[in-house]
Amino acid sequence: MIKSRYRPLIPYLILAGILIFIAIFAPYLTPFDPYAQDLEGALSPPNAQNLLGTDRYGRDVLSRVIMGSQVTLCAALLLLATITIIGSLIGALCGYIGGKVDTILMRTSDIFLAFPQMVFAIAVAGVLGGGLFNAAAALAIIGWTKYARISRALVLSIRKMPYIDAAKMAGTSSAGILFHHVLPNIAGPVLVTAALDIGTIIMELAGLSFLGLGAMPPTAEWGAMMNNGRSMIQTASWVILAPGSAIFVTVAIFNLLGDKLRDVLDVMRNS
Amino acid sequence: MRKYIFSRLIQLVPILLGITFLTFALIQLSAEDAVDMIYRQSGSVSEEILAAKRAELGLDQPFLIQYGNWLKGVVTGDMGRSFISGKLVFETFAEKLPATIELMTVSILLTIFIATPLGIISAVNQNKFVDYVIRALSFVGNSMPNFFAGLLLIYFLALKLNLLPIISNDWRGVIMPALTLTISMGAKYTRQIRAVVLEELQKPYVLGARSRGIDEFTILTKSVLKSALTMIITLLALSIGSLLGGTAIVETIFMWDGVGKMAVDAILMRDYPLIQAYVVWMAIIYVMINLLADLLYRQLDPRVAYEENLND
Repeated sequence: MIKSRYRPLIPYLILAGILIFIAIFAPYLTPFDPYAQDLEGALSPPNAQNLLGTDRYGRDVLSRVIMGSQVTLCAALLLLATITIIGSLIGALCGYIGGKVDTILMRTSDIFLAFPQMVFAIAVAGVLGGGLFNAAAALAIIGWTKYARISRALVLSIRKMPYIDAAKMAGTSSAGILFHHVLPNIAGPVLVTAALDIGTIIMELAGLSFLGLGAMPPTAEWGAMMNNGRSMIQTASWVILAPGSAIFVTVAIFNLLGDKLRDVLDVMRNS
Repeated sequence: MRKYIFSRLIQLVPILLGITFLTFALIQLSAEDAVDMIYRQSGSVSEEILAAKRAELGLDQPFLIQYGNWLKGVVTGDMGRSFISGKLVFETFAEKLPATIELMTVSILLTIFIATPLGIISAVNQNKFVDYVIRALSFVGNSMPNFFAGLLLIYFLALKLNLLPIISNDWRGVIMPALTLTISMGAKYTRQIRAVVLEELQKPYVLGARSRGIDEFTILTKSVLKSALTMIITLLALSIGSLLGGTAIVETIFMWDGVGKMAVDAILMRDYPLIQAYVVWMAIIYVMINLLADLLYRQLDPRVAYEENLND
């Protein structure tokens, strides 16, 4: 039985679940091959066969949007998982050990935080030379700092808790305390931050692809698809509206989920 | 206050050194050799000429010396020449910066003038129809990537309704790019201003003012608006980073001739000196605006400094 306080999350979890289902099984869900060109049928508006029309190479836009969910969600979730884990581990370590390690790592994060995220990402992605992996790496270089700061602050308050002293007296090793007592207790707030971050990360990754600094053609990625169709907005608006709406809906669902998750966990903390 | 400003400026020094070092190191990461880039279009050039150019640009020196020379250039405004146009980098940057500042200023003003009343109306009518509409709108704005918002504006305002030209050199040219940046920024501001006004309306002094028979409008404009104002300052500092990044995308869509478009063009052309100048100056501007916002915030809300003194 699901505890009642989690109940408000269910509709949003289902929506996010549907998105993830589509992303995982994308290759089996596309009505056509998303990469098959058909120059004679290029730029046909939405019709009974191609529900969202075709792009300038005659590729089915619906199939590409479905396939794009895999590329976009996969990249965004992997990136998020990486920066969340690395960031919170660094932060937890800083908060727990303190001293020189803490000072050096935190001053380093100050410097990264002094760059506007997208400005830095654009430059890094540009220097690394495009590609979805490089774009994700560019966002990760600054992205981890946020998680490091949050988990450091949390660990600093947890460190003073009596149960940590108790574990120490019981002879638990530092690593044991970190992994068994500290990290589980910072998981909640870190998870909420990550959930609220998914939308932003999807938009930033798609934004880099839109500038030509992320996924490269012919990859079916939403931002790259929009970049490709940019010049055809007047004649073939569906080429842009379809992937754009896909980004919007995906971001909206994850934003709703993040908002609700925060509300639920806030209620838990207050009660 | 003066002591505080001074200590903040001292703290800036390592940050600025870090910013410049990282930017410089970043470009060194690129596989390309600067001298090869300069002579890219000249066909085959003898090794002697390449070596001479390398010495002239100081590229044969150790990394730290090169960084020192470059840093001196950042401070004195001599950041070398563009690989592509051959023009002075600093001049090009300074030439394009006003357009970006214009775009940012217009979108910040638009945001404040749209989000403040919406946030207050939403809070005053909490859980009524108007509140739901405003919240839904701000949710939509918050989930909309700026490149999609920009293209939608072009599609509806310029192509379908013929209200505005896509690109124009007069005052109409700034409307759509500024509006694009305003959509996501305004959505965040509306949400936060609503929250802060709701919180403020719960405070005892509002109840006190009400019981003394002061009308709601006066309470709102005289007292609650002030807390919204400090909120706006905080939000400005927070959103300036995404605004600076957003201008790169929006300027590219609308062919707005600012530093953002310059940077994207420079990246596609692998014009590294321009990219370096862009990154370093954007970061410096960002840090400075944050400092200014912090000082302004303390000026507007004396409680901040007071509480800090208590903690010391």
